[in-house]
Amino acid sequence: MPATLRQLRERRKSVSETMKITRAMELIAASRVARAQQRARQAVPYHQELVQAVADLAAHSDTKHPLTSEKPDALRAAVLVVSSDRGLAGAYNSNITRMAEGLLSRLKKEGKQVDLYTSGRKAEEYFTYRHVDIVQSWDGFSERPHYEHAKEIGETLIAQFLRPTHEGGVDELHLVFTRFRSLVSQQARIVRLLPLHLVKADAASDAESASVVAGVETAEQEASETRLAETAYSFEPNAETVLDTLLPLYIINQIRFALTEAAASELASRQQAMHSATDNAKQLIDSLTRDANQARQAVITQEINEIVGGAGALTAGQN
Amino acid sequence: MASELQVGVVAPDGQVWQGEAVSVIVRTTEGDIGILGNHEPVMAAMMPCAAEVVATDGRREIIAVGGGFISVYDNRVSLLSETASLASEVSPEEANRELAEMLPKVDSAEMTDQDWRRYHQLEAQVKAGERFAQLHGQMSEIAA
Repeated sequence: MPATLRQLRERRKSVSETMKITRAMELIAASRVARAQQRARQAVPYHQELVQAVADLAAHSDTKHPLTSEKPDALRAAVLVVSSDRGLAGAYNSNITRMAEGLLSRLKKEGKQVDLYTSGRKAEEYFTYRHVDIVQSWDGFSERPHYEHAKEIGETLIAQFLRPTHEGGVDELHLVFTRFRSLVSQQARIVRLLPLHLVKADAASDAESASVVAGVETAEQEASETRLAETAYSFEPNAETVLDTLLPLYIINQIRFALTEAAASELASRQQAMHSATDNAKQLIDSLTRDANQARQAVITQEINEIVGGAGALTAGQN
Repeated sequence: MASELQVGVVAPDGQVWQGEAVSVIVRTTEGDIGILGNHEPVMAAMMPCAAEVVATDGRREIIAVGGGFISVYDNRVSLLSETASLASEVSPEEANRELAEMLPKVDSAEMTDQDWRRYHQLEAQVKAGERFAQLHGQMSEIAA
């Protein structure tokens, strides 16, 4: 019996050490998620201006651009999977990889060859373990993505898209990332980024790309209503050059947006996961304490019994 | 009546400058362009340059922009750039020094895209810094 009492106490100690760690991680994630949200908010004006400009362009010019033209018989598709660098974030990464697997099998069924790109160590590990070839992967910034990271990824992918298919280029670009809805709800999502689907400013706002920042939709709709006047923009030097400058910026910004959303989601899921881990540890400590107390009490009771029994035997012997 | 321009300068990490202005001067791929009130709607690709905004209160804001995009519509001017910073917040000396460090790389054609971006950004900062200093010189002369 004394052995189990000691074991129980040791287990309790170990659980409370773990709880310290999970609680610390929860607090860290909580403070970082606030910062991540703030960064996402700072990006809103840029995003709005870009969306507005692209919508205006779509409304005022019919210029075709390689980035917007659909390829009817698409053969190769690129998929960018945005995951986290570290685990301990609940189901965050498994949701993403499950979504990605679904997309991969769908694309394969459509007869498309898939080029896989990953961001974040976890997705890379997942696909490497399953012997799925990864064309390129980026990591080291999942919690704190900067514009430069998005730019690097975006430029690589745009270059792939612009390359002819028979030279190894891709015809489509899909993005798998986690959308940050709130601190308690994050959702894995698939967005087709390329070829770009341009919506006219007066059409309903593009559900996939334009609505990406919460709160922007309504602003856009208002803006499009006030801008109904059919004014022709003059382009300097011409519409093609302007599109050439604008569209890559737009795509890079979308990727940047996906990265910031994913970062906020990662931190929020980690906070949640660590919160429940802490709760769990608390319960475990409670029940272990109870067990240990019971064991201790049992030992004492037994000792008393032995003493009483011994004393009884002694008096019985004397008589 | 001269109309005021609503100017917004935005970079990916936030709004750099926002306010009402009388005129805006930037350099596009075709050359310098000056925007006054009631300008026709324009969209143009911007070169890395020192954008000059004359605010309604007469102050001149110099903003170093590293290329991007300008759109003018209905007296709303927006400058979109991947890198933008107020001239009063950048140090031209530092930018110059970094530029000088990059020169050997430029000569040996070892520049990556990222290096070029940094190069253009620094150039813009230097220009913005010079213009800023020039303006401030004038101001202090007037004051004296």
